[in-house]
Amino acid sequence: MILDSKIPAGPLEKKWTSHRFNLKLVNPANRRKYKIIVVGTGLAGSSAAASFAELGYNVLSFSYHESPRRAHSIAAQGGINAPKNYANDGDSVWRLFYDTIKGGDYRAREANVYRLAEVSGSIIDQCVAQGVPFARDYAGYLDNRSFGGAQVSRTFYARGQTGQQLLLGAYQALLRQVNEKKITFFPRREMLDLILHDGKARGIVVRNLVNGKIETYTADAVVLATGGYGNVFYLSTNANASNATAIWRAHKRGAFFANPCYTQIHPTCIPVSGDYQSKLTLMSESLRNDGRIWVPKKKNDLRKPNEIPENERDYYLERLYPSFGNLVPRDIASRRAKEICDNGFGVGETKMAVYLDFVDSIKRLGKETIKQKYGNLFDMYKQITAEDPYNVPMRIYPAVHYTMGGLWVDYNLMSNLPGLFVIGEANFSDHGANRLGASALMQGLADGYFILPYTIGNYLASEKFGKINLTDSSIKSVKNNVEEIISKLFNIKGKTSVNEFHKKLGKIMWNNVGMGRSKKSLNEAINQIKKLKKEFWSDVKIVGEKENVNAVIEKAQRVADFIELGELLATDALNRQESCGGHFREEFQFDGEAMRNDKKFTYVSAWEFKGENKKEKLHKEKLEFENVSLTQRSYK
Amino acid sequence: MKLNLKVWRQQNNSAKGKFVNYKIDDVSEHMSFLEMLDVLNEELIKKSEDTIAFDHDCREGICGSCGFMINGRAHGPGSGIATCQLHMRSFKDGDTIIIEPFRAEGFPVIKDLMIDRSAFDRILQVGGYISAKTGGIPDGNAIPIKKEDSDLSMDAAACIGCGACVAACPNSSAMLFVSAKISHLGLLPQGKIENDERVIKLVAQMDEEKFGSCSNTYACEAECPKEISVTNIARLNKYFIKANL
Repeated sequence: MILDSKIPAGPLEKKWTSHRFNLKLVNPANRRKYKIIVVGTGLAGSSAAASFAELGYNVLSFSYHESPRRAHSIAAQGGINAPKNYANDGDSVWRLFYDTIKGGDYRAREANVYRLAEVSGSIIDQCVAQGVPFARDYAGYLDNRSFGGAQVSRTFYARGQTGQQLLLGAYQALLRQVNEKKITFFPRREMLDLILHDGKARGIVVRNLVNGKIETYTADAVVLATGGYGNVFYLSTNANASNATAIWRAHKRGAFFANPCYTQIHPTCIPVSGDYQSKLTLMSESLRNDGRIWVPKKKNDLRKPNEIPENERDYYLERLYPSFGNLVPRDIASRRAKEICDNGFGVGETKMAVYLDFVDSIKRLGKETIKQKYGNLFDMYKQITAEDPYNVPMRIYPAVHYTMGGLWVDYNLMSNLPGLFVIGEANFSDHGANRLGASALMQGLADGYFILPYTIGNYLASEKFGKINLTDSSIKSVKNNVEEIISKLFNIKGKTSVNEFHKKLGKIMWNNVGMGRSKKSLNEAINQIKKLKKEFWSDVKIVGEKENVNAVIEKAQRVADFIELGELLATDALNRQESCGGHFREEFQFDGEAMRNDKKFTYVSAWEFKGENKKEKLHKEKLEFENVSLTQRSYK
Repeated sequence: MKLNLKVWRQQNNSAKGKFVNYKIDDVSEHMSFLEMLDVLNEELIKKSEDTIAFDHDCREGICGSCGFMINGRAHGPGSGIATCQLHMRSFKDGDTIIIEPFRAEGFPVIKDLMIDRSAFDRILQVGGYISAKTGGIPDGNAIPIKKEDSDLSMDAAACIGCGACVAACPNSSAMLFVSAKISHLGLLPQGKIENDERVIKLVAQMDEEKFGSCSNTYACEAECPKEISVTNIARLNKYFIKANL
């Protein structure tokens, strides 16, 4: 099968405009005849659902949460990019495009990234109109700050709660359509399978998380906006419920999984403190605007940070990357932190941490200004560690944060399965091998507000949809399959809890497929995961009732899917014999920096599921670069 | 440390609930409160008992999913934090901790500590928004907003919708929650256009959902994990009177 990205012809700047003109439209009076299922209510899902409904489509919106507002987009802290050039510092659509494609280490499609940069300005306008209280200056205009991988200030923010405010904007737009009866919201439903009918995605099977009933819903198209798979590592900055089950089960129904090995390790998180730990907490990248990262020059220095004089500190990012300093992209900052700790310069009890110090900024700007900018983050840090970052530098260490990989989609955001669209973190499309800060919110909202509402219309207008009945055998067999998996899990009656399996998987992934990967470690991971899968399906212990609230059976399915996804992630990493962005193969480096192999690997890996316990088949989508030249990324 | 827990167990909405005692050893002071419950649930699984159901997700105080009464206080001891941000260093060896769901007529229990807060969605659904459609919007800087207003709006917009205000209130009033949304939108020029209609509709829906009236005890402000101020309630009252003139 040849993967057709459907990138329109013509010059880069004109592609999206001419494509929009060429897309077929659904007459406004006919839109109410169509039904669209949207799974997930984060930034991408809420904005898409609201926008579809405003256009006149009927929308069924699903979430495993009680309310759309609980989706994990809510936790994004730092900001959202747009090349408004309000700061008068030379920003432009072209520059945001260039920074993003370079930041992704030249492993994303030019056309997608350009479109993202192009529509990002409208997102800010849209959000302001919705009442998102972005930070403002004293004249009343919008304020900006800087993020990693950029030398301009283009990040819009609402204190340290930008994701919360953007999501509330999208959530409110969604609620307005619920009130208009254009959206039906289904709370506490987890998607467990995809219904295909005549080769098209036509519905989903969900478990009602309150009464345990298995329900089916049908429509004319299905949109997955179900987020990333960072929890495959057990500990991550993702929320506890964040999982890959929706995209994984769609994958098992034929949707290709692209670039699973591109995972982002965020450099500034609060370090692990104990075995009971259930998650890691991010400290926003925006802190690197005013915080300086350092370690003692002496190995195993036991002095308190404020007892170490200036000339005995190594501000290693400023030393190694004088032009970007503390604002190098995430992959580089993380790798350097790991390296410096592995070499024995780490700080804190576990020695797996570096300092992020605000003392200079507090001197320069005053405590009040720092408090205004980062107050909630400082409070959060103090709450968790019982240390006051106004007086003592923060201790930080990298943690899994975001996954650039996801289901393969074409330029229209449709997977290789007709009628199955994938948006936000759940797809693979825009960030290449490394995502720059403040770009996730941008992509989620671009997909939902300004891209999919156009492209989904083209699909609906181009296809004919046969009637589909809940009694059709195609639906019944999918529903049966879901029920069988659940019964099977209950019947194992083993000894080991789901959480223990998840922890074991996390250890395998972090140690072998984490910040540094090698042929040896990846083969090791694949073997261990295979073993773990067998153990899981013979020894997992499920308690509680099938037809009631039951967190154990919910999580068991997520972990079962993570185990399979973990193996594919390692397989993809093994196949990609180069280092790029967040994918660092220890065999391929130059001077500690990632060394790409453009000749052999300038392609998207798209994996096809071939059956249980069978090897997945690799398809390659070649990436063409017509507008930027592929160079060794340099932030020095 | 060792702790005695008295936890509210209730099989479902129509079942009768009761407190069940659990003993838990080896609690580290660095654990979060929810991690302590995770450990207890793992022990229950070992004993083949049903786990304690509770809502939680982000575990960093922003999603608003978690929240229960801990020793009679919404989100437990301390101020300005959600339950997930409470750490065990706030307790001492040998303590007895009473854990029960947020109680209000508008928040029916689903199971154990898990409650149904969909009433909050229904309140906002009738008008807790600015009716701006996607697209056709002028440049973001076309609407300058006074920094003070923007900051006050943001203070109110920080509400996470957890319901602690309702749980803390002797009348189960949702005034702090509603007023936070009214302030968030009403303080901004974009939001003023629909302000009168919004206030009337939200207040009517709040009554419909069986939340009580405000009697100025300020318990809501004291327990709010985002420290939303009761001045928002004053603003709501002002807007409400104006809207009805």
